[in-house]
Amino acid sequence: MTSPVLECENVVKELGKGAGMVVALKGVDLALVQGELTLLMGPSGSGKTTLLSILGCILTPTSGTVRIGGITTNGLKPEELASLRRKHIGFIFQSYNLFPTLTALENVRIALDVIGRKGYPAAQRAEEVLREVGLGGRLQNYPANLSGGEQQRVAVARAIASSPSIVLADEPTAALDGENGHAVMALLARIAKEQNRSVLAVTHDPRTLGYADRVVRIEDGKIVGEERRPQGLDAPEITDLTKRRKAHA
Amino acid sequence: MILTLAFRNLFHDRIRLAVTLVGILFSIVLVAIQLGMYLGSSKMITAMIEKSNSDLWITTFGAKSFEEGGILLTSRERHQALATPGVKAVIPLVVAFAEWRKPGGGSTRVVLVGTDAEDGALEPWALVAGDWEDIKSPDAISADDTYFRELGIEGLNDTAQIANGRVKVKALTHRIRSFTQSPYVFTTLTRARNLLGADSDKATFYLVQLEPGANAEAVRQELTARIDGAEVLTKAEFRDRSLRQWLFRTGAGLALIGGALLGIMVGTVIVAQTLYSSTKDHLNEFATLRALGSSSGYIYRVILAQAGLSAVIGYLLGILISLGILYLSRNTPLPLVMTPGLAASLFGLTLFMSAISAISAIIKVTKIDPAMVFNR
Repeated sequence: MTSPVLECENVVKELGKGAGMVVALKGVDLALVQGELTLLMGPSGSGKTTLLSILGCILTPTSGTVRIGGITTNGLKPEELASLRRKHIGFIFQSYNLFPTLTALENVRIALDVIGRKGYPAAQRAEEVLREVGLGGRLQNYPANLSGGEQQRVAVARAIASSPSIVLADEPTAALDGENGHAVMALLARIAKEQNRSVLAVTHDPRTLGYADRVVRIEDGKIVGEERRPQGLDAPEITDLTKRRKAHA
Repeated sequence: MILTLAFRNLFHDRIRLAVTLVGILFSIVLVAIQLGMYLGSSKMITAMIEKSNSDLWITTFGAKSFEEGGILLTSRERHQALATPGVKAVIPLVVAFAEWRKPGGGSTRVVLVGTDAEDGALEPWALVAGDWEDIKSPDAISADDTYFRELGIEGLNDTAQIANGRVKVKALTHRIRSFTQSPYVFTTLTRARNLLGADSDKATFYLVQLEPGANAEAVRQELTARIDGAEVLTKAEFRDRSLRQWLFRTGAGLALIGGALLGIMVGTVIVAQTLYSSTKDHLNEFATLRALGSSSGYIYRVILAQAGLSAVIGYLLGILISLGILYLSRNTPLPLVMTPGLAASLFGLTLFMSAISAISAIIKVTKIDPAMVFNR
């Protein structure tokens, strides 16, 4: 069995203080391995995004342990957590969070710049990943001139540009229509399979189920179920996207 | 990419950029004008001292400036000075405020400078009409062409009256300005004494020239010991004393420096406000950078680059406008002065001001919660 690249044990997260305090996570255990697309599903307020934030070293747990690439994050300072994110994690956000003043190419380049990859090699790498997600012809477009699906694909390119071992996606299809939602999920599945990354997507979108290797269900701050799904990369939409990508290239 | 992002953030909101640049520009122009006036004033105050060919100045005790020395030194002090080892020459100079009666009626004050140019201590410079030989002719004086209106004259050969004596303009200087706004009028030493009703052995200053190789400080100490009731100052000391008198005891310099400080403060506040609001608008982007794993330093560098770019653009615009104002001021009673040192200092000041302005934005960004990227 492959050892987990990211795992958490008995993670508890309390939000707020005093009478207004809410326990968002109540002892969560989860392990992610390479080559898998895992969906974290649950209703609103179940703690999905809080767990994603903790796994991504953006929030720190009230108690419990998080390990990334074998490093325990407990007690690390914000700058050390940022360094862990740089080395191991790529993020995809529900609202894309692209820089409106930068082109698609620059949006990807800045993620490389942050980790110290600069100049022509960085530009080349940014172009390469944008071609990979099917945006080879939209390199110089600003986010405002891209569709929602294209913007999310830029975000995916940005997340994978530095070749992180873990990709965390927060509701990646929530702002997209059916076709674009499928396209983005297919892309994430391919990233997990072809690039041997661990991809965790938080979602409550049932359209995404067909792309998952594994589905983890969370309710009221606790993991309540987990199932493995065999189809993975064989989902028809993935094949479609691959064809489309090849045709575009 | 830091510069690219900073540049795009700046130019994304053109109105805010314009406000920022106006803030910096206003600040630069104000500081340049105030300090230009300060330098211009300093230059006017010290021009006579700087132009003199002397190592030491003997003045009456407590003489505050070039214009306020009184006519109190006698030939006794001169002989004492001449007998001092290391002294080559002791050249008298008469300087005093005097009433100038305009040919068309009315009067104004002038600073009458009596000197014998042949002695080589001080002579009128920037002569554009006439020469020293003309000034030596009967009743002759030189006047400055920028003060014609104040003096009520139109050019060469016009006549006027200084104190009790008639004078005739036989030479013209160009742009020898006076901080006191009382124009400098040059004439011979003897004529100055006559016009002012001073005894023939009296002087305001003795300008001391030293033998080659003489130790100025040693001679100064010897002169101080020998001459009672008079002070012996180096050129630099007398220059500094004149500056203190006119710029600081009168408050004029403080007003100029105060104006410059006000300019710096106003500029800093405007830039700080616009930079802060820009940072606030781009907070989500900074949070995204943080979520992508950027260090705090990376984000600070983006903000500082924004401040730096604003500073450079604002400075270039500001210095261009300042140079234009300087050019326009060249024929006014108080011409502004810009030196390479002042221009460089202004650039340093602009960068410093912008860096200070970035502090509030950096504090805002320091408190950024990267988790906000999930809340949009």
